[in-house]
Amino acid sequence: MASDMRSPLARASGLGSAKSGLRHWRAQRLSAVALVPLTLWFVASIITHTGSDYRAFAAWLRSPLTVTAMVLLLVVLFYHSALGLQVVIEDYVHSRVQFAAVIAIRLCSFAMGAAGVLATLRIAFG
Amino acid sequence: MSSPMTKRRRPLSPHIQIYRPQLTSVLSILNRITGVLLSFFSVWLVVWLVVGAEGPRSYAVVRGATTSWIGRIVLFGATFAFFLHLCGGIRHLVWDTGRGFELRSIYVSGWLVVAASVMLTVAAWAVGLSTSAG
Repeated sequence: MASDMRSPLARASGLGSAKSGLRHWRAQRLSAVALVPLTLWFVASIITHTGSDYRAFAAWLRSPLTVTAMVLLLVVLFYHSALGLQVVIEDYVHSRVQFAAVIAIRLCSFAMGAAGVLATLRIAFG
Repeated sequence: MSSPMTKRRRPLSPHIQIYRPQLTSVLSILNRITGVLLSFFSVWLVVWLVVGAEGPRSYAVVRGATTSWIGRIVLFGATFAFFLHLCGGIRHLVWDTGRGFELRSIYVSGWLVVAASVMLTVAAWAVGLSTSAG
């Protein structure tokens, strides 16, 4: 602190609220609410399809309702997961790595969601 | 007389060896841990779908891994993590409305989350195992 010759204003500017916290908070809650029915549907489907062979699996994924629910699940799930992991990183990582880690989380989540959606569509329409 | 430079050894707080964890703090960190775990498990969902898009042969490999004993143990853990995060998340959504912050209701809802997660996990596996066996 003693070696820091900047004025208190200079030290404070650029820190603090980025005015985007409420948006993040709201998006996390909204996606959480959406995930309640979507994940329950998913778990219920998995229970009834455990150990089913490829034909049964493909037939299940080809029904319009399943495709819609699966695509919605993948989009909202990886959105919610990216928002949550971002908070975890921001709480525990306090170096320059933080920014890179948050970006990496977002890119990986997007890639995962995209891969899942494309695979679902390929099974459904392939 | 102690000078300000000499540092007296005082007990640190919280004293980890004798610290009794509370339900509130344990459920709080578990909600975060299960969230991180479920993020990793959701990658497995994508692997499953991508392999499913590849065709029957690759699908059989992943199906074999999932229905193996290790796969089932991991899946059981994932089920419990999911229900804990779900129930804990619903508890958080109730808190977001400004309700349930009294000490008593915090503990009631906390134990409710634990009981519901255990029961839902057991119920899900009971149904799952009975349908796959029959």
